Amino acid sequence: MIEQNLSLLLVVIPLLSAPIVAILPNGRIPWLMTLITTWTCLAIAGWQLSVVIDGSIISYELGGWAPPWGIEYRIDAVNAFVALIVSAIAAITLPYALLSVEKEIPLKQTSLFYSLFLLCLVGLLGITQTGDVFNLFVFLEISSLSSYALIAMGEQRRALTSAYQYLIMGSIGATFLLIGIGLVYVETGTLNMLDLQQRLHPILDHRTVHTGFAFIVVGIALKLALFPLHLWLPNAYKYSPSVISVFLAATATKVAVYIMLRMVFTVFSNEFVRITPTTHIFLLLGIFGVILASVAAIYQTDVKRLLAYSSIAQVSYMVLGMGLASTLGITATLVHVFNHALMKGALFMACGAMVYRVGSSRFFKLNGLGRQMPWTFTAIFIAGLSLIGIPGTAGFISKWYFMLAALEQQSWIIVLVILLGSLLAVVYVWKIVEVMFFRPAPDSAASIKEAPILLLIPMWVLVMANIYFGFNTELTVNVADTAARLLGVAAYHE
Amino acid sequence: MMIDIIVGHYNYWVVVFLMMAGFYTVISRGNLIKKIAGLNIFQTSVFLLYISIGYVSEGTTPIIDEAYMTYSNPLPHAMILTAIVVGVSTTALGLALVVRIKEAYGTIEEDEIHDQDRSL
Repeated sequence: MIEQNLSLLLVVIPLLSAPIVAILPNGRIPWLMTLITTWTCLAIAGWQLSVVIDGSIISYELGGWAPPWGIEYRIDAVNAFVALIVSAIAAITLPYALLSVEKEIPLKQTSLFYSLFLLCLVGLLGITQTGDVFNLFVFLEISSLSSYALIAMGEQRRALTSAYQYLIMGSIGATFLLIGIGLVYVETGTLNMLDLQQRLHPILDHRTVHTGFAFIVVGIALKLALFPLHLWLPNAYKYSPSVISVFLAATATKVAVYIMLRMVFTVFSNEFVRITPTTHIFLLLGIFGVILASVAAIYQTDVKRLLAYSSIAQVSYMVLGMGLASTLGITATLVHVFNHALMKGALFMACGAMVYRVGSSRFFKLNGLGRQMPWTFTAIFIAGLSLIGIPGTAGFISKWYFMLAALEQQSWIIVLVILLGSLLAVVYVWKIVEVMFFRPAPDSAASIKEAPILLLIPMWVLVMANIYFGFNTELTVNVADTAARLLGVAAYHE
Repeated sequence: MMIDIIVGHYNYWVVVFLMMAGFYTVISRGNLIKKIAGLNIFQTSVFLLYISIGYVSEGTTPIIDEAYMTYSNPLPHAMILTAIVVGVSTTALGLALVVRIKEAYGTIEEDEIHDQDRSL
């Protein structure tokens, strides 16, 4: 019986705990409460995935209103997989947050900070759970509004302007999504995703449907930071508090990838994709995104900004996978969603550790620190290898599946782009390695110690996960494959 | 025919005009408060779009009464109430950020903020 309620609990628990955390006294108590909440969410998300992994579906009717009239939470392997990634990253970020937040956030703001963090988590989890497009818009705005506020809590004043820029771009994106949902609603009179799919099927050639689709895709692409709509991302990641960089880099764009998959392949279906130039646009933007963002990453002089540009490149890989529009392509995208969360989580945690000790992530402050902070920089090195896609790391598995997907369709350009992207990744990862190991350390560096153990443990858990999922692909690939088939099957079952 | 399209859909023309006016303001203005105002107009136009969608010709307010048979569709109204709340919170957060930016930079003109950031 409780299995039916898991989907709702995953949203309700953090939603109820957010206002409670807000009224707790500042200090470590809000942190503890948030920690318990996130770990509970992780347990529920894991349970949920174990229920739906065999292809069954959990359907929950909110308020007892039967779908398509009421809001339905409909969980299949795709939702459960993304929900697990989000809650796992939140759960692993929280132990890390304790010291980092004490250093970067004023004491009197701690309870509000954790409350906002939970609201952001509610939004992201809600997006993954819901089967209703308008409900999805609402959750998207919950997560976005809280992340604007969280980014603005960064120490430097440029955090404010970055948050403002993100607010403008993000609101435009969300409003575009709202327009698109409205246009689709005009044509079908429904908001339930599966109902939409069936009602859209006979009218796929209507111009209103095409316009709605365009609005929806552009709106999500803004959230996804798909080239050329990525301009808000580098500053937002660089100036936000370290914990928020970790959390947003590992989850926010991934959830946007999920929305794109859902909207394009479940709501509008494969058939619609085939009669429109959608895949060509995805491929083209993906190719530009991978190459231009990787090149831009090479020219950065700040580790956080470098990683932010690398994130844009990695998201472009996922869009390439969608553009291939095959089961293998979607599998590659979903595997990369998981693996990229692991890599970027570890890398941004290492950045946070540097900011904790050095106070900056600019290159000239980090010269030769590899010997002072060996654990932190070894973590960057291994996660960097994973980012490049060296065999034995999780990144290799993603690259391997992208290659298989591209070879399956014999698109040699995509193969070439993936190889070129990896080569460019070698260059920018090497840039970090060079700064920290091969440049002479200034005299002032002698007093800098290794990061505290509480920062190192979560970081190394993610680093080890990068290696573990490079060898054991059972969980990632199997789940992603089931999920990809579901997206394909959902489109073909008519 | 042409007149029909223009006059018969006048509410949609208003929507399109407001949408473009708001969008243009967001993109072209350098003043942070004007940008927020533009964003607001942009969002409001979408509210109007939804309300237009919900209208049923000859329909009355969706309150059940024996005297009436045709009602407007209440669902877009309900959705737009939610979207209005979202819009209000976005505006509030945006304006709060502008206040903080003014405190930190002493200006709310985008190019002056940019100059200050570059001179560092």
